Amino acid sequence: MAPYRPRGLELPAHKAVASAAPISTAPAPAVAVLALDQGSGRAARAVVAPGDRVRVGTRIAVTTGEATTPVHAPVAGRVLAIETRPMPSGDGPCVLIENDGSDDREREARPLAWAGLEPIALAAALGDAGVAGYGGAAFPAATKLAAARRHEAHHLVLNGAECEPWICCDDALMRTRAHDVVLGAQVLMHAMGAARCTVAIEDDKPEAMAALQAAVEAARDARIAIAGVSACYPAGAERTLLEAVTGIEVPHGAWPPESGLLCHNVGTAAAAAAVVRGEPVTSRIVTVTGSGVARPGNFEARLGTPVSTLVEACGGYTDRPLRLIAGGSMMGRALATDEVPVTLALNCVLVATADDLVERGPEHACIRCGDCADVCPPRLLPQQLLLGVIANDPETLERHGLADCIECGCCDYVCPSAIPLTARFRTARAEARVRESARRRADDLRERHARHVKRLDAASEAERRAFETARDHARGQGG
Amino acid sequence: MSAADIAGAALIAGGLAVALGAGLRRAIARVPADSGALATCIDALLPQTQCGRCTYAGCRPYAEAIARGEAGADQCPPGGDDTARALAALLGREPRPVNPDYGEIGAPLVALIDEARCIGCARCLPACPVDAIVGAKKRMHTVIADLCTGCDLCLPPCPVDCIAMVPAPSVEPRRVA
Repeated sequence: MAPYRPRGLELPAHKAVASAAPISTAPAPAVAVLALDQGSGRAARAVVAPGDRVRVGTRIAVTTGEATTPVHAPVAGRVLAIETRPMPSGDGPCVLIENDGSDDREREARPLAWAGLEPIALAAALGDAGVAGYGGAAFPAATKLAAARRHEAHHLVLNGAECEPWICCDDALMRTRAHDVVLGAQVLMHAMGAARCTVAIEDDKPEAMAALQAAVEAARDARIAIAGVSACYPAGAERTLLEAVTGIEVPHGAWPPESGLLCHNVGTAAAAAAVVRGEPVTSRIVTVTGSGVARPGNFEARLGTPVSTLVEACGGYTDRPLRLIAGGSMMGRALATDEVPVTLALNCVLVATADDLVERGPEHACIRCGDCADVCPPRLLPQQLLLGVIANDPETLERHGLADCIECGCCDYVCPSAIPLTARFRTARAEARVRESARRRADDLRERHARHVKRLDAASEAERRAFETARDHARGQGG
Repeated sequence: MSAADIAGAALIAGGLAVALGAGLRRAIARVPADSGALATCIDALLPQTQCGRCTYAGCRPYAEAIARGEAGADQCPPGGDDTARALAALLGREPRPVNPDYGEIGAPLVALIDEARCIGCARCLPACPVDAIVGAKKRMHTVIADLCTGCDLCLPPCPVDCIAMVPAPSVEPRRVA
């Protein structure tokens, strides 16, 4: 096996901007806007109606089974409406709750005797409480845990790499709540039946590493180890990280449990720890940073808190902010408005001014220099993919592994011709998904049509036989 | 070297070139040799609406007609120009847009039964090529929009004209982690 060689970029981190101050609690919103899709791409089903009274922790939406998690009310009050609102990833359905300020709780926090539970029951309890990927995908934790049990994956890797510039919510979490992360690691290990756990942290976060080391020692759990990974964006991309930590390369088309591994964000572990203490998921830590806000920092924000409230908590906008970005400077998405609410997937709000952004020159033709291929973390050939995009040729795109593109933006960053490669690939990936879904639907329809034809044939056959029987019977009677 | 040798060498080289060319064309166009397999490859590119606008009884019969060389690759309006292009690429033909004689390319539609007017005659049930209509005699019928291909075939048998074609709800898949 070739020795692991990380690909990617060494980028200015810009993290100290926000991580200098301790985590502060964001003010509770007057109206909480709860997305039914917390970032996984699928909407949960609302189980409350306008006018209903809810308390903190009341379940307001249930899972539909498809990559969704239940949603719980983060404030007490009255449900105002269920309507479409702007979200970090386009408009989506939301439950609006008017906060009455009482913070009445649905029920008192009852700690869960998790160590005595069956793994499957513990995973179900975590899923019911709404634990989903805090790393940005908001994928239901219970689904991943079930896959790990099914494939007998025994190695849990907690992702605390947080490689993207500007974002430091995980760093803040590990520094200040290392015990939660360790307890969460133990809970997740129990829920998947893991034998060991590695917490991976980029080596530019010595405070987080020291805090976790101390917490692991205090917990006296020899199964948990801490691994430093080199601070090279995108060290925290799931497959890159797993290979760096375990030496195992998860093959194309497979997911980590099939290779005996499971990766969770450190934030997910902390949420699992909160759940066994009896608290459902109703908040997350959000980094609000950039030169566009007066006092950048990390905030414990209730889900549904508008971004504008967080910006106010930072002392408001400075001069004219150029762009509002959900996420970091590499993979973040531009926000059209600061009325967008906090979701489970929102790890960072970057209020960027012109100083924070690298100006892009005009786009030129590809000169085939190959710089993009040198930095591509999944080892693709972006210059060849670009040809596929230009020719609109799905086959070329598939052959060159478009599906394995992680949209990290490294190719963009190094391209001397300033070609917006990632944006092109993102569009091409969306188109490929539409094609794939149309193909799957066509396959389903083909089968349904075949069954339909068979059924009609059988029906006419039965009619013919019924006719013949009647005729024979009549003849028998007549004869 | 005699003239015969040269002629022989030229013959061998020419033969090789022809054989290579044929192989190459097959490789480029990915056309299977046997016509049943070819029909399956063609069918895989068709949208499976089973509407019959191509003048054949369904997608598979149309695929077989193309494989036999009877039908053109431009007769499928539901598939649109993308399907026509994909078919042309498979067959190694010059791509052509969909021939408007077979119907207009439009936004996807689904059938919607006006349940107040439906008399429960059940005549539309066997007409639906993918069994997307739920109902029974003297009971109200309804169309499962997710399964409806928008083929229109349920319209003619309806004695009270209570079925309308409406724009299909968006089926675009959302991002999945």
